[in-house]
Amino acid sequence: MSAVPVTIRRTVELQIDGDAVRVPEGSTILDACKARGLDIPTLCYGETLTPVNACRVCMVEVEGSRVLVPSCARKAEDGMVVRTRSDRVDHSRKMVLEFLGSSVDLSTTQHVDRWNREYGAAPERYGPPAPPAPEGARDRAQAGRHHAGDGQTAATVAQPVKIDNENYVRDYAKCILCYKCVEGCGTDWQNTFAIAVAGRGFDARIATEFDAPLPDSACVYCGNCIAVCPTGALMFKSEYDLRQAGGWDESAQTVTETICSYCGVGCSLELHVQDNTIVKVTSPLDHGVTHGNLCVKGRFGFQYVQNRAPGADDGA
Amino acid sequence: MDLKLLDSPPTTAERDAVDGVLGPPASAWVGGERGADGHAALGGHAARAQRHLLLPVLHEVQGRIGWISPAALGYVCRRLTIPPAEAYGVASFYALFALEPRAPLVTHVCTDIACMCRGSSELVAELERTVGPAGEHPGNGRSIWLESPCLGMCERAPAALVTRAGDEAHEHEIAPASASDVAAALASADAPSPPPPLVPQAGDPSLRLLRRIGRVDPGSLDSYRAAGGYAALRAAIDMGPAGVIREVTDSRLLGRGGAAFPTGRKWDAVARNPVRPHYLVCNADESEPGTFKDRVVIEHDPFALVEAMTIAGFATGCERAFVYLRGEYPLAWERLSTAITGARARGFLGDDVMGAGVRFDIELRKGAGAYICGEETALFNSIEGYRGEPRSKPPFPVDSGLFSKPTVVNNVESLINVLDIVLEGGAAFARIGTEQSTGTRLFCLSGCVERPGLYEAPFGVKLGELLEMAGGVAGGRQLKAVLLGGAAGAFVGPDKLDLELSFEATREVGTTLGSGVIMAFDETVDLVPVLLRIAAFFRDESCGQCVPCRVGTVRQQEALLRLASERPRGTVADELALLDEIGQAMRDASICGLGQTAANAIDSAVRELRVFERAAG
Amino acid sequence: MFGAGGGTSSYQEVEETDVIFLWGSNARETHPIFFHHVLKAVHAGARLFSVDPRRTTSAQWADAWLGIDVGTDVALSNTMAREILHAGLHNREFIERATTGFDEYAASVEPWTLERGQEETGVPAEIIRDAAHAYARADRAIICWTLGITEHHNAVDNVFALINLALLTGHVGRYGSGLNPLRGQNNVQGGGDMGAIPNKLPGFQDVERDDEARAKFEAAWGVTIEPRYGWHLTQMFEAMERRELRTLYVVGENPAQSEADTAHAVELLEGLDHLVVQDIFMTRTAELADVVLPASASWCEAEGTVTNSERRVQRVRKALEPPGGARDDIEIVCDIAARMGHDLGPPDAESVWNELRSLSPMHAGMTYPRLDELGGIQWPCYDEQHPGELFLHGRLWESPISGPPAPFNVVEHAPPVDKLSDEFPIRLTTGRRLDSYNTGVQSGGYASPLRRRESLNLSPEDCERLGLDEGELVKVSSRRGSVYAPVRIDETLRPGLAFMTFHFPEEVETNVLTIDATDPKSGTAEFKASAIRVDRLSDAERTGQAASQIAVPAK
Repeated sequence: MSAVPVTIRRTVELQIDGDAVRVPEGSTILDACKARGLDIPTLCYGETLTPVNACRVCMVEVEGSRVLVPSCARKAEDGMVVRTRSDRVDHSRKMVLEFLGSSVDLSTTQHVDRWNREYGAAPERYGPPAPPAPEGARDRAQAGRHHAGDGQTAATVAQPVKIDNENYVRDYAKCILCYKCVEGCGTDWQNTFAIAVAGRGFDARIATEFDAPLPDSACVYCGNCIAVCPTGALMFKSEYDLRQAGGWDESAQTVTETICSYCGVGCSLELHVQDNTIVKVTSPLDHGVTHGNLCVKGRFGFQYVQNRAPGADDGA
Repeated sequence: MDLKLLDSPPTTAERDAVDGVLGPPASAWVGGERGADGHAALGGHAARAQRHLLLPVLHEVQGRIGWISPAALGYVCRRLTIPPAEAYGVASFYALFALEPRAPLVTHVCTDIACMCRGSSELVAELERTVGPAGEHPGNGRSIWLESPCLGMCERAPAALVTRAGDEAHEHEIAPASASDVAAALASADAPSPPPPLVPQAGDPSLRLLRRIGRVDPGSLDSYRAAGGYAALRAAIDMGPAGVIREVTDSRLLGRGGAAFPTGRKWDAVARNPVRPHYLVCNADESEPGTFKDRVVIEHDPFALVEAMTIAGFATGCERAFVYLRGEYPLAWERLSTAITGARARGFLGDDVMGAGVRFDIELRKGAGAYICGEETALFNSIEGYRGEPRSKPPFPVDSGLFSKPTVVNNVESLINVLDIVLEGGAAFARIGTEQSTGTRLFCLSGCVERPGLYEAPFGVKLGELLEMAGGVAGGRQLKAVLLGGAAGAFVGPDKLDLELSFEATREVGTTLGSGVIMAFDETVDLVPVLLRIAAFFRDESCGQCVPCRVGTVRQQEALLRLASERPRGTVADELALLDEIGQAMRDASICGLGQTAANAIDSAVRELRVFERAAG
Repeated sequence: MFGAGGGTSSYQEVEETDVIFLWGSNARETHPIFFHHVLKAVHAGARLFSVDPRRTTSAQWADAWLGIDVGTDVALSNTMAREILHAGLHNREFIERATTGFDEYAASVEPWTLERGQEETGVPAEIIRDAAHAYARADRAIICWTLGITEHHNAVDNVFALINLALLTGHVGRYGSGLNPLRGQNNVQGGGDMGAIPNKLPGFQDVERDDEARAKFEAAWGVTIEPRYGWHLTQMFEAMERRELRTLYVVGENPAQSEADTAHAVELLEGLDHLVVQDIFMTRTAELADVVLPASASWCEAEGTVTNSERRVQRVRKALEPPGGARDDIEIVCDIAARMGHDLGPPDAESVWNELRSLSPMHAGMTYPRLDELGGIQWPCYDEQHPGELFLHGRLWESPISGPPAPFNVVEHAPPVDKLSDEFPIRLTTGRRLDSYNTGVQSGGYASPLRRRESLNLSPEDCERLGLDEGELVKVSSRRGSVYAPVRIDETLRPGLAFMTFHFPEEVETNVLTIDATDPKSGTAEFKASAIRVDRLSDAERTGQAASQIAVPAK
């Protein structure tokens, strides 16, 4: 019988906070830290995505390196000496948390409050936030040109939420520019490339071409961007509406894993149900069929089981 | 790739501009007429591999049309199989591309620090008064002027760059520029004939790198050969690739781009790398404020770069090379293009260089207004048709560089040193300069000196000596500070005139030679606006990829603005402490050198020159 | 193929193969998450070939698109085979060791020169040649197909044609090489696995030929099973036509809208003595029924398993309470059994599954806890230590092989039954779009910004020739009937080729146009090839039809 190819796995040994750790070759420092049970904060890291190491909150100190290194991307090497809580590390994490907290709405980002306490981050010390940008203003910002202001208010990415379809909303006031949606939409998974990073510097933003509304763009509503968004900037419209109405209650939700009812690929779905109603759909990241990804039918096509109003069925 | 394009057809002019670079479309599937190809199409890997043509095509559209419309971008995407959102992300990354309709004639007026010392603020004020505010269409709506970061013409400050879009598109520099010059340029954009080089040492027999500047015809291969050109390549071919690398290693040449990495080690690593093909990239994207050395060399001795690159390619097994020239250098572009074409026509580039069986050729690429593209990995991304965002290192370019292949990337100045190394041997070269910094160095003197210009001196020359060579501080005024290494460098005070200019000596006192910038500020210059300009520069030029740099450069600017307006949050000391914290985070946690150095000049001004102490008192 | 029907490879292998053929499959839209695995391979350097009359969104990713004329798949396969043979690229060792019937096959493809292949399929000879060489020379190569292969009157021959290529080159039974039908519905594979096909008991145990298996089931169930194949769907309709089949129990199907030649299908359903429909919707078929049994949605309102296109048996679970009156399929079946005098008790899904495991050896090792733990298991899985199989037919690479050799099947090109003529000059083919599904009963329930109304997609050239504008309502006629549909100009089509879906039968009953010529072996109708005519409407017709687009039966 012709066998499944095996890959040879070597291991490397490194030192993390004084302890020797052995991990398979190819593991990142973050993998090694997790294996040690260390809690390293991450935002742009996604276990199914190519590391972009953009957020810089997972930085650690590696002996011999002039600068801190991103634990999510740097491969563990034999003999590496890593410190995860040196003064430099803690300072840099504090500052990154402050930079984000003072410029982005992190109200729906998990763990941020805990991390702010842990690292002593005080985003408010940069002054009151500047007024939100009018609709579309950030999308028209030109590279290399900015309005500096007088420094008395802290520049932010605040802007109106974009709602241009029934499936999901884009609230870029909550965007930390972690690139995960771009990667999920692009080369890592969906390869639709409906969105990319546009502009530059503080005016860099996630955008369709010329800020076209999603229905005019290449978007196929797979929602794989929502699935990887760490801040709630991308959100099911069903969740957004419930939150707006004050009805969103995760403690009252169940999550049930099942299989999509459409084509024969067999995608695992996690149905998030509140009050006997599906409020959003995800897929397990560690499942070999989907790696957390779905198509528009799997992600949004559940509605037919809850169009229960009299007469709604025959419209289907 | 299944592209979905915004539904608008390009104009004939837009189509012509794109087809002018790419040739006519090969099939209906990539924008041609529908015809007999309804039963098959080729695409896939081959189609996607054309992405590196994106930047040249965008340049052509910008140059011919004056802006990049949704329809033009869509046609580019169809031709090159690039998703439109990604192409938009690329186009919007660069300051020289307009994505909204814009007047065809644009004059970019430099407001950066070297020009500030030479009256750019007054120039801008006068333009605002006589022509109108920046970016607004005066009178005929056919022209505008815009403020610009450093244009790399600091020796003739204040500088301006005129770009005219259309069928007779052209670009030219005006330096020094007066308000009336700019106003005249906005009215009609006839290019003046280019000025002679500002190399005050010209003719000095001790010159090495600059010895041909002003003495050879930059458009003539024969003139270059009459001055000894192509003797080095002949010698290199005779000694073979390993021989060349041995001499370069023995020369102990350190890279002149800023990182000071041993060139011989870099070449050896690529030469030995079994992965093929290998690429050679010449980094000519000098955008560090105050830097103009590569421009002068390319404008006045372009064949030297072509020859040096050929030697580098021969030594490291590269058959294909790229020069990435910054977009604001129209004269350098024209002369280097001519030199490459000329060398190719005479068999100095191509499939059989010098009849020695060596295959080597050079493609010229143009930046589009992004300082970050001088960072080597950002430069690779830019050539490949992606946003000029730096990559995470490792992997290093010698393992995975351009197109993810082993890549030699060298600065212009590093490369032209190789000519003498090959001709006189690495050991002889290593005797020039200091123990750890061998050879000579090009220094860009600008600001408040009597004779700004490009100077060459052996490593070890003292700062004061260099300033003396340039005639000292202009007008007999007192020196207040010198900025070494550009915006990413550091200020030193007049107490450092004895500083020996070498990698080791500058490192020892915590400063840097960087790209060879020596910018002098006299007693009349208020450094606070200079610091604000530097802060604004880094905010503008941050690519935005990583948080410490993207937000840190903004918070740094905001703190400086509060200090400058004497309205600090808390005390001045609080603000200085905050600046220090921000700087530390940018230095420690940014992805690349831009963020890592974005606080350096400001930090040095605060520490060394105590700029805000007046306010603090 | 070769016994148990299922794809031979795993999705994981697709990511690591070198050459992929999507043959009659627009996986980008119809199997989007499978296409992610294809794209992983593409980014790793694999070459992708798309065989499809339309330049679909999948084809747009391909290194080469082979835009064959509809129904010339066998011609293309035979041409590729001859080219592989003449270039000496066939795997002689494999053929010798693991196959039978090679000589006859080789002789049968001999007339298929590249020139003849080009003439028959329309694809330029050099592109056929490159595709053949790429497939044959690859270390690993996978062919995937969907309804573009099977919705033809010669569906089984089409499948044989692809199997022949794999046997010729040895691209089956090894990691990264295989033959994979992508299943169109979430449990098409599972239905077959469970014996919901006319010729097999659960676990692909033959009803007619496998006496031992039959005896096992008879003992377990306490009933006699006749050693006789049943009818597949098409045969059932034929039996209705003969008035031989008088009562029909339809579970989760909507034949009144999904069958080819709809008008005729409805007529037959209406003529039954008794029609029972068990469904989660009041479908068009249910509207015709004497008894409707409302069921819960199996994927979210009930427990159970489904099997996917890589033979992975996976658990579905109850997340919602079904609406009032809707009941679990198991309960309904048990109640009916009780009414018929068989007390099956109140079994739950797991106990039904465990009975299956006791009778179907290929499922024996798949306990519910193991299915949970492993995220599903790929059959065969013979015992509780068995991890399941990534790929099938590894036995063909043993020397000597175990089990019977794999036979080549000589197949001849047979063009579509519905011939083009002066009266019906345009070839209509059908398929799915990304955001919709079959007759739209499920996908119609959610808001999709991608969704457009049903349309007749035509090439720009045909639109220009016929003087049609985008969105213009036209009359589309085949030899069976006519419908009215708006025109959409579609650049992925060449002149003479039209495209429609079945997603909006309320708006346009596409299946009024399609032909019920079926493959005698599989029973699948030739949905992929009808001959049509497109007529502009008079002003009167236009006003009359714009409001309600109703199907007009022919004659």
